[in-house]
Amino acid sequence: MTDVATDGLQRTPLYDEHVQLGARMVPFAGYEMPVQYAGIPEEHRATRESVGIFDISHMAEFRVSDGSGGTAAKAWLQRMLTNDLDRIDDIGAAQYTLLLDDAGHIIDDLIVYNTGAEYLIIANASNRANDFAWLESHLDDGVQIVDESDRTALIAVQGPQSVDVVTELAGGADAWTAPERFHIAQATLDGTIPVLVARTGYTGEDGVELVVPNEAAPAVWRLLLSFPQVTPVGLGARDTLRLEMGYHLYGSDMDRTRNPIEAGLGWVCPKSKSGYSGADVVAAAREDGVAEKLVHLQVQGGIPREGYGVYDGDTQIGVIGSGSHSPTLCTGVATAYVPARYAEPGRELTVHIRKKVSPAVVVKPPFLKK
Amino acid sequence: MAYPNDRKYSSDHEWLLVEGDEATVGITDFAQDQLGAVVYVDLPAQGDSFSAGDAIGEVESVKSVSEIYLPVSGEVIAVNEALTDNPGTINEDAYDEGWIVRIRLNDPSEVDALLDAAGYEASLG
Repeated sequence: MTDVATDGLQRTPLYDEHVQLGARMVPFAGYEMPVQYAGIPEEHRATRESVGIFDISHMAEFRVSDGSGGTAAKAWLQRMLTNDLDRIDDIGAAQYTLLLDDAGHIIDDLIVYNTGAEYLIIANASNRANDFAWLESHLDDGVQIVDESDRTALIAVQGPQSVDVVTELAGGADAWTAPERFHIAQATLDGTIPVLVARTGYTGEDGVELVVPNEAAPAVWRLLLSFPQVTPVGLGARDTLRLEMGYHLYGSDMDRTRNPIEAGLGWVCPKSKSGYSGADVVAAAREDGVAEKLVHLQVQGGIPREGYGVYDGDTQIGVIGSGSHSPTLCTGVATAYVPARYAEPGRELTVHIRKKVSPAVVVKPPFLKK
Repeated sequence: MAYPNDRKYSSDHEWLLVEGDEATVGITDFAQDQLGAVVYVDLPAQGDSFSAGDAIGEVESVKSVSEIYLPVSGEVIAVNEALTDNPGTINEDAYDEGWIVRIRLNDPSEVDALLDAAGYEASLG
């Protein structure tokens, strides 16, 4: 992730692979990233039915350690993050969590992995600098945080057959067993390439994310593509896959103006936990309620896109945050913040899609029930 | 990508197959490829009249939406209603089954200003 293109955009270690595969490249979070190869619907379907691989090397990786068994690192992270790290005391365990500011607003959403020796944090590319600055400025004595992003590539392998593919690369079922869901383990791919295998993802399918040193990333990518059931997938289908599951996208579904209760992420902020930054705001929002909530909207007759108005009759009540077409359901799928009284599943609203008024209904996520 | 010689092209990526004072209109192979899989089409109604350069409808893919412009003036005499249920036909067969409307030309000489296949292909750079 250190190559810098002439127009100021960075390139991942897999840039040449994408170009060779005929990908359409677009700027995203400061990187030149593949938006699609064969086409969004085909890539989406490949991930739901067999295996899709995604270059997500633009994402940030931080390592947190204390050089003395992890007690100090854990105590510090408990004060930085909303979710309860007691739940990932087992080595290899992982959890989805949030970083809040003192006003309870969301700085980022993260996954934290307990690798035993240290905690590994995977963060959004667009928030890398903000997250790191915030964490570093709040650091406890004796705790270290290192930004490994420029040395680390990340390849997501997602879909019902993905664990079979990775197991075969790791030497077969006799030599290696995949970690359980929301766990991480080491593996050696093709007998030579050491990687971390995290059983996590952003598609709703079973799958893993491979944490790979930059220099090994092209070899891992090619090994994966040598399996006939594997399809390269761009950011376009990554978005339709995650949106079908109702997974949040930072910047579209939450930002520094929203708290976790408004965003529907109260489940990542256990009631039993206090003392983290923003905890008082979360407790008050939970107690008193919030004025607006993020809702999931299923829309007929067009594609709701970011910025389109959400209406109750003639009154605009919100704006589309995430919006796209669901290739599986063949309807529009979207999110929007609306006054809390409209947030009940089944509530009928409309979305103004340019000149059209399209019917929308509030649904409980995921859109795609499995 | 293919640009058949039997028709005319606009710089906005529509094609016209002219027969007497009527023309069938669609979008080019280049346009459908740029859009990606089409998931919605918004079509005009039979009998609608348009001036040259008017937007007559929309084609929408997951990635983006683009308007369909009529490069000449005329009245819609037929609409490819099958596209409503199967918008992907535009991707599969942009020049035949993927036609969008048929129009009666107000002034067949307007067609002369359009590009031929070689001119259109050259305009794509």
